[in-house]
Amino acid sequence: MNDMKPIKPDFKIVGTRPVRPDGVDKVTGKAAYAADMAMPGMLHGRIKRSPHAHARIVSIDTRKALALKGVKAVITAEDFPELDPSIVAAGGEAHHNMANYSANCMARGKALYEGHAVAAVAATSPSIARQALELIEVVYEPMPHVTDLLEAMKPDAPLLHDNMFTQGLPETPTKASNIAKFFKQERGNLEEGFASADLVFEQRYTTQPVHQGYIEPHACVASVSADGQAMVWCSSQGQFMVRDFSAKIVGMNQADLRVVPAEIGGGFGGKTVVYLEPLAIVLSRKAGRPVKIVMSRDEVFRATGPTSASVMDVKIGVMKDGRIVAGDVDCKFQAGGFTGSPVMAATMTALASYDVPHCRVTGWDIVTNTPKVAAYRAPAAPNAAFAVESALDEIARELGMDPMTLREINAVRNGMTAIYGAPLQHIGLVETLDAIKQHPHYEAPLGPNQGRGLAVGFWFNGGGESSVTVSINPDGTVSVATGTPDIGGSRASSAMMVAEALGVPYEKVRPIVADTASVGFNEITGGSRVTFSNGLALVRASEQLVDEIRLRAGLIWDVPADQVAYADGIATCLAPDRAETPLLLGEIADKAAHFGGPLSKEVALNADGVAPCFGVHLCDVEVDPDTGNVTVLRYTAAQDVGRAIHPSYVEGQIQGGAAQGIGWALNEEYVFNAKGQMENSGFLDYRMPIASDLPMIDTIMVEVPNPVHPYGVKGVGEVPIVPPLAAVANAVRDAIGKRICDLPLSPTRIHAAMTAG
Amino acid sequence: MTGFQYSAPVSVEEAVALLAVDGKARLLAGGTDLMVQMRSGRVAPSQVVDIKRIPGAIGIRQENGGFVIGAGTSCAALGEHAALCAAWPGVVEGANLIGSTQVQGRATMAGNLCNASPAADSVPALVAAGARCLVVGPQGQREIAVQDIPVTPGRNSLAPGEFVLELRLPARPAGASDAYLRAIPRTEMDIAVVGAGVNLVVAPDGTIIEAHVALGAVAPTVLLVKDAGAALVGSKLDDAALQRMEQAVSAACKPISDKRGTAEYRKSIAAVLARRTAKIAYQRAGERS
Amino acid sequence: MSKVYVSSVVNGDPVEFLCDADTSLLDALRDELGLTGAKEGCGTGDCGACSIMLDGRLVCSCLVLGPEAEGRQIDTIEGMAEGSELHPLQRQFLEHAALQCGFCTPGLLVASKALLERNPDPSETEIRFWLAGNLCRCTGYDKIIRAVQDAAAELRQERSVA
Repeated sequence: MNDMKPIKPDFKIVGTRPVRPDGVDKVTGKAAYAADMAMPGMLHGRIKRSPHAHARIVSIDTRKALALKGVKAVITAEDFPELDPSIVAAGGEAHHNMANYSANCMARGKALYEGHAVAAVAATSPSIARQALELIEVVYEPMPHVTDLLEAMKPDAPLLHDNMFTQGLPETPTKASNIAKFFKQERGNLEEGFASADLVFEQRYTTQPVHQGYIEPHACVASVSADGQAMVWCSSQGQFMVRDFSAKIVGMNQADLRVVPAEIGGGFGGKTVVYLEPLAIVLSRKAGRPVKIVMSRDEVFRATGPTSASVMDVKIGVMKDGRIVAGDVDCKFQAGGFTGSPVMAATMTALASYDVPHCRVTGWDIVTNTPKVAAYRAPAAPNAAFAVESALDEIARELGMDPMTLREINAVRNGMTAIYGAPLQHIGLVETLDAIKQHPHYEAPLGPNQGRGLAVGFWFNGGGESSVTVSINPDGTVSVATGTPDIGGSRASSAMMVAEALGVPYEKVRPIVADTASVGFNEITGGSRVTFSNGLALVRASEQLVDEIRLRAGLIWDVPADQVAYADGIATCLAPDRAETPLLLGEIADKAAHFGGPLSKEVALNADGVAPCFGVHLCDVEVDPDTGNVTVLRYTAAQDVGRAIHPSYVEGQIQGGAAQGIGWALNEEYVFNAKGQMENSGFLDYRMPIASDLPMIDTIMVEVPNPVHPYGVKGVGEVPIVPPLAAVANAVRDAIGKRICDLPLSPTRIHAAMTAG
Repeated sequence: MTGFQYSAPVSVEEAVALLAVDGKARLLAGGTDLMVQMRSGRVAPSQVVDIKRIPGAIGIRQENGGFVIGAGTSCAALGEHAALCAAWPGVVEGANLIGSTQVQGRATMAGNLCNASPAADSVPALVAAGARCLVVGPQGQREIAVQDIPVTPGRNSLAPGEFVLELRLPARPAGASDAYLRAIPRTEMDIAVVGAGVNLVVAPDGTIIEAHVALGAVAPTVLLVKDAGAALVGSKLDDAALQRMEQAVSAACKPISDKRGTAEYRKSIAAVLARRTAKIAYQRAGERS
Repeated sequence: MSKVYVSSVVNGDPVEFLCDADTSLLDALRDELGLTGAKEGCGTGDCGACSIMLDGRLVCSCLVLGPEAEGRQIDTIEGMAEGSELHPLQRQFLEHAALQCGFCTPGLLVASKALLERNPDPSETEIRFWLAGNLCRCTGYDKIIRAVQDAAAELRQERSVA
């Protein structure tokens, strides 16, 4: 196949596994995360949060708190401008409505979930700040609340927003509801499709809210000067996002706000929005001193993330030979206190792995009295894949067909069109399925109480806006500035791509993640976009530098640039009859002042031409027949990675995503009590996978390169969390002989299923 | 946490005096519960009295064939004590299930007991073992059974100024051993959904001559299920005896449904765990006869 | 409220600091001594990011009061490398790419070192259970376990040569 041919087979650095540039600081404790920052005169901020899931805020009296010695500022929603709903995030991302984000950062008029911020203080010590919180008197008028997604959809459900009229329907309703938006993707003729099917399978699947679970709680330090210029140091997935959101929420010019990215202790999508920064800025502005705010783990659970609870109704029609002829999937997703669940992505991804001639996927965005959801690794795709891949597993059983064969028959192939309209090119699903099929795991025998599950996942991958600067220093070393936080090794891959393109050793390239004043605009680290988009920009900048180097060498030798060859850090004169000694990159750079000036290129681009990727996961479990406990015995994940720049970090993404998915499948969930308060807001009872819960996770990197990227990069970070939910659920089904359609597959739930009739 | 006075007395008398100052003084042993409770605001002590510098508060000594364990002794230290592990493997494994390796480095059995959680991992095996506590206080000292310490979830029977200074495990005859198992959704780092401790004395011919079965997390306090123990006595742990024990266990359970498991699940699992635990204890006892 | 005076030995050096009685040892290390390598991920002893050695025992520094450190020996991630010479565990973590965000890494390294000092040849299961209190959300633990295994082998080799 044409796609499989290596685009540039003679890599020197791409595909190797060097130590990451930021590694030593991270193993010695030197790496500076946001909470490690301290400034002279710094105050400590704390946030007062609603104990009610839904309550009108009648009044907030801050006088006693302000009177406490050491308290320097107290703020409420009144300290923030009221924003017009037309103000959205950079790039016109309408689902990031800034009025909603402002009200999410600081409740305005109503608290919409337990943990919703209602006031904040800055004081000279953390303990004074804590005491001050106790002195803020908030009068609430508690209102009926609704945390459950389906309950929230009922016509008589407590209303979160009086002005919410479902968008996206053919006719906008006149009655307000908790149904924020409706989405639909369709193709073909659904009725015709189902009418022609030999077998129609229908089932409902549900998932609970789960948290991204990054180990570093949100933290920031803000320092505002008397003239209104400000700096913020924080942990986020995008310093430019923080600048954009914060400037809009507090009402300041973006040029007056410089955001410095600290090291980030995990994000997984959860740090793609702001919670603390606007509060710290306003507190600092009021107090005239720097303000630091660090969340507790309890606050992280109650007030940030999570991802949506979801209810998915799947109807799939197949022929006896396994061909899927029709698919109808309805997805209801919880948005939390404000609109903005990722349900649209559910409608786009649910059937994206298969060629379904007649299909429809609908989606509903539902507000509930729970924390506003944030992105979580391939947002919505794991939920949708859990439903569809579980259904396919049952269909394969009903057809008496191997689950792999069913998927092979229906897998999307190059030249097809995705349900959302994009042409599918350079995709590697078939190759990835085959990689699993050829793996020894696929045929390995199973013991009693054991089962095996297979599942497929799809993710779009991302492109978008990236700006980078690549500079050759006078000694021939290279400095690289990118503007996307390094969440899992992007400095390593950046340095590798530049080193490859410039023909210099990896160790001579030093990348940084620059602040918002030091590099052009960048979108967030998210959507599996960084290595693709930044990579395009970095390689382009490097190629421009190579042209420049040839030009400079030509100036030194007084020959035209086309008479200069450059490779491996050495310029060679090709001019006939000239016996010039080749010039090292450093020698050319050192003469820059006299031959053309600084050797530096900035490339700002909007990357297009991204190719989607697929993951195929195989999971073996053993279920304790008496207790319902699940042990994951063996796990193999194959993925079409495009091209792995640094294979270790690609494997790491696959392993990490699989582990998160296993946690989502087995134990993780938000538990709310009757008052709508979260009952398990700590790591002890939230139960993410620990080291002893997991086996080694075998990875298979299938390389079907994307030719749009000079090194074939596609994006790898998100798809690994898409298949595990169904892979685990299908394995449990195989082990116990019963299908459980509701996550998590906790021992209690499995035990109940096993003991029921 | 809000401000408190910290003290680290070096005598029992001093500690008792400090703890008796007011009703809001709290004792600090391992701190793995107290620190979390203070941080969340659930407790706001006036005084925190660290007992670990009292001579004898940390350490394990053998006395009259049994063991005396200082209240400040970490669970990790229990696991490193070969003689204790040989005589009371179930007590040690219960203690060694509390939290992580890190938590083990600090957590104490006395603290686990006095915290009075029905799910405390070290308590069922201690109860099954017939362990006793040396309680010191303003009125002097007294010795009470371990199961008399917890009263309701989160409340213990100690009077103001009193604290547990030592845990005492009795001497072991030949053919005696014990075991503890718990059910949790993960493999570690969890609070027991159900816990079961079984302590057996087995005659050389394999007949059980003494049996104690204690359950955690199925009632407001750890339960000593006398009928379950009685069901095993005289048997060689045959299926019939195990079934009788399971019935006794199920009958004794009065669990609640909460975020960690349903009442129904707890009841069912308690019997399963008691059976598995009894088998381990029986095998261990056989190896020591 | 007056502060408590504490004198202890951190990474071999005598230190003195003042802290409120209710300050955790983690906060004392970070805020009073500027040793920010230990991290707070939860503050409740459930994530292990704040792991340190206290008198030779692995503990969560968030569960220790600052004043309890009086007269004690404390070892933190900052003391693991000898000058610029990384400990084999640190090197193996880098070689294996056993870290992504790096936030849990100091705690994992301190905990792994404590394991290898007690058990120079741990099985995979022993490593996994010893490290069960160190949450990592990025890696799925696979590369961490392998790094610890390889560091253990390297340390055994060193010992047998020495």
